[in-house]
Amino acid sequence: MSIAWYLAVSAIVFSLGAIGVITRRNPLVVLLCLELMLNGGNLALIAFSRMWGNGDGQILAIVVMTVAACEVCIGLGMIVALYRRHLPIDVDELRELQG
Amino acid sequence: MTQTTYGWLVLAFPLLGTLTIGLGYRKLPGRSAGWIGTAAIFLAFLAAIGALLTMQDHSESHRQAVSSLWNYASTVGIDAQMSILVDPLSVFMILIVSGVSTLIHLYSISYMTEDRGFARYFAYLNFFVFSMLLLVLAGNFMLLIVGWAFVGAASYLLISFWYRRKTATAAGIKAFVINVVGDVGLVLGTYFIFKHTGTLDFLRAFHATQAGAFGHATNNGDLVAGCVLLLVGAFAKSAQIPLHTWLPDAMEGPTPVSALIHAATMVTAGVYLIARMHPLFELAPAAEDVGAIVGAATLLIAGTIALTQTDIKRVIAYSTMSQIGYMIMGVSVGAYAAGLFHLMTHAFFKALLFMGAGSIIGAMGGGQSLEKMGGFRKALPFTYGCFIVGGLALSGIPPFSGFFSKDDILLVTAERGGWHWALYVVGYIGAFLTAIYTFRMIFRAFHGEPVEEALELEEGHLHHAEQPTNPATGEVEDTDVGFPGPFHTIAERALPMRVAMGILALGAFGAGLVQIPKVDFVIDDFLRPSFAGSPLYASESHTKSSLLVVGIVLGTLLGLAGIAIAYRVWVKKPGTAGAVRARLQPLYELFVNKWYFDELIGAVVLTPFAAVGGFARGTFERVFVDDTLVGGTTGLVRIGSAAVRAAQSGFVRYYAALLVLGLAGVGFYFLLQT
Amino acid sequence: MSQVLFFIAAIGVITGAVGVVVLRNPFYAVLALVGHLLSLAVLFLLLRAEFVAAIQVVIYAGAVMVLYVFVVAYVGEESESLGDRLRNPGAVGSQLRLGGAILAGALLVELLIALLGTGLEAINGKGAGYNPGPEAFGTPAYIGKLLLTRFLLAFEVASFLLLIAAVGGVVLARRRHGVEEDDEQDVLTPMNLLRPRSTGTMAEGVGKR
Repeated sequence: MSIAWYLAVSAIVFSLGAIGVITRRNPLVVLLCLELMLNGGNLALIAFSRMWGNGDGQILAIVVMTVAACEVCIGLGMIVALYRRHLPIDVDELRELQG
Repeated sequence: MTQTTYGWLVLAFPLLGTLTIGLGYRKLPGRSAGWIGTAAIFLAFLAAIGALLTMQDHSESHRQAVSSLWNYASTVGIDAQMSILVDPLSVFMILIVSGVSTLIHLYSISYMTEDRGFARYFAYLNFFVFSMLLLVLAGNFMLLIVGWAFVGAASYLLISFWYRRKTATAAGIKAFVINVVGDVGLVLGTYFIFKHTGTLDFLRAFHATQAGAFGHATNNGDLVAGCVLLLVGAFAKSAQIPLHTWLPDAMEGPTPVSALIHAATMVTAGVYLIARMHPLFELAPAAEDVGAIVGAATLLIAGTIALTQTDIKRVIAYSTMSQIGYMIMGVSVGAYAAGLFHLMTHAFFKALLFMGAGSIIGAMGGGQSLEKMGGFRKALPFTYGCFIVGGLALSGIPPFSGFFSKDDILLVTAERGGWHWALYVVGYIGAFLTAIYTFRMIFRAFHGEPVEEALELEEGHLHHAEQPTNPATGEVEDTDVGFPGPFHTIAERALPMRVAMGILALGAFGAGLVQIPKVDFVIDDFLRPSFAGSPLYASESHTKSSLLVVGIVLGTLLGLAGIAIAYRVWVKKPGTAGAVRARLQPLYELFVNKWYFDELIGAVVLTPFAAVGGFARGTFERVFVDDTLVGGTTGLVRIGSAAVRAAQSGFVRYYAALLVLGLAGVGFYFLLQT
Repeated sequence: MSQVLFFIAAIGVITGAVGVVVLRNPFYAVLALVGHLLSLAVLFLLLRAEFVAAIQVVIYAGAVMVLYVFVVAYVGEESESLGDRLRNPGAVGSQLRLGGAILAGALLVELLIALLGTGLEAINGKGAGYNPGPEAFGTPAYIGKLLLTRFLLAFEVASFLLLIAAVGGVVLARRRHGVEEDDEQDVLTPMNLLRPRSTGTMAEGVGKR
């Protein structure tokens, strides 16, 4: 398969993740969709690494995975903190940045 | 010491006096502020005499000296120096100004002795004398304008000296505003002169004019415009029609101030201006004619108004206006020496009359109304004598000084021929009126039944009003600072006043003998170097002797007739005045309302300006500036920021959507590039 | 053969992604994401990135998703159907949904055009050559050597980042004060005096100080 197919899949996954981030109200699911976008990027990186034949893309993909893990840790920690304080788990209700 | 050094000294002494008194008044004990002020002016007088003597040492052609202290501004086109011009004309003026001022300062020491603002008064008075001396000593237009403005400011300060009186402050503002109109005229006139001659210096400008800077034909448009504007300045300062309405109101100031500023010195600045600018005026006969006509009109109108006034100071004020009219008429037709001679004699007898008025006002306890005065002859003999001397001089009775100077002017006017005969006739009518109103004043105040203040005084007790009141409106005042002091003085009891009045009486009596027309030419010769090159000056000395005799006889007869009429109306048959007034009621109304000039100016000038101001404040400022410009821009900003604030909705998803939008946009842009 | 595998894996990827976006129960969304990740690992294998595929399965699908499952279980289910939301729009309304969809669609189209249509002639459809061996492309040895030589800084920084994230996670989620219980006055050991009042330990969370 030519690399183009993989890149197309990557684009589709990225867009689906974008739709999910904008559309969903549960912050957990929003984070999940964020993961989707990251994965789409990862796929593109690996595909390009295969194309050029060196390992840079793969290294970067590993680093992206690491960053994704950290970000999930912090994000979920925030959600747990929200839950502990009995705040609604709904991104539309958390609006103190308004104005 | 050269004459110019003396000139600088003449300026320095009053300035030092002002600064000393003004800055150090707390440290000066008692009444020393007054003596310091008087001494300063006296020293200036001595310096003026020094200037005179050193100047006369030179030959006639070298008597004009210019001295510059420093170069004020020297850029492209303008060379403005701090320079004074010491020549016979300016020496003449500074002698008169400093001499009469010294006497008035002396008089004021007694007159203002109980006033709380004593030191302030002398500081202002010295400042005024400094400004006036600066005006006449100025060697270029710049210092002339500076002196002119300073004199206006000093006049304002002194008119509203009793500043807690509303009438006084209103009068001060009126005087200042009208003077400013004159200032504008003066500055614009200077512009026109400067435009063609390219210099501000007097002598250089005059040489340039005579050499043809305005062309060689007379009545060049720019020159006439410039001279007429200078005349506007002169009229405002000298209280000629139509800029005269401030002078009667200026009588709100203390009487010595009226004597100095509004009789002897400041109001003569216009006359000095025209005399100084004679090379310009001689090339613009149209402007000269304007000056002559206005002077003649003023002397007649002021004379008629003076017939009906009841405030003694206002009678003398209108008399001043009338006499200045003579002087303006004189210098406008080219009778320079005669006009200036009349200036000198007028300074003497008018200041004397004002001083006498101050004395009788003191006897009345502050009241100024002629209707309440009467029979002070026995109580105030010295004052009465001074009034008689001054009145005779004013009415033009020989051998008093006023006769010679007034006659001189009218003689030269007639010599010009042509339509100037009308001015000649007007002048004699004015002389007739002068005699009538002057002696009306004297007879009403000093003859007849003594009023109770006079009776009190005859017994030796000076009348003292229980409650001080404003003489014009009658409202009650107190005697603290800003109002006149509690006690008044009269000449009979104050030596300084008597000394000053005595010297002035001598001057009023004998000064005329200095220049008997066609016999003595002292003043003519003295002033000749200033007027060298003037074709009109040279012809002053040649007259037909028949005209001379006619003039002398006519003048004397009219003066005596006026006195006789006044005697009959106000002394012999006291009811005659009322009867005449009843017969000529409309005329009386016109005169007593001052020919309605105040109302006219109010309607033509003040009301439109007030309307414009009201419109500007109410409509323009409020609607356009506040609401549209200021409100508009802030409103726009507010709307804009509200629009931008709407983007901060607080929804995280919204922000994410914006991010995706941005990403899509950037991608789109790069897609388009390829 | 690889093409068939590719299509199967690709369909798995996309289905998983769609499932994450659409499923209303967050637990099911997590499961969908796990499926997506596993399919993605297959795609990585097809691209000769063996080590990365292994990492993906072990760490991403294994650790991160397990973390997600724990939190979803703790927080509870806040499921709401897409249809519900379309019919009763919340504070933001359906415009955002529609707008979001349009935006993302536009993004997709652009990306596809960019990747496929325009000047990516440089893309060698086949990929570079491939020499098998112990340190061949994609093997752990290959990745390890790169990590420790060329990308050492990235490696160290990434580990530092993990440390920070761990500390941050603990700080964010701890309890301020211990669970309030009856005062159990145990033996007053010096440790009790030295220990601060609440440290958010598991012991406190459970109830014992």
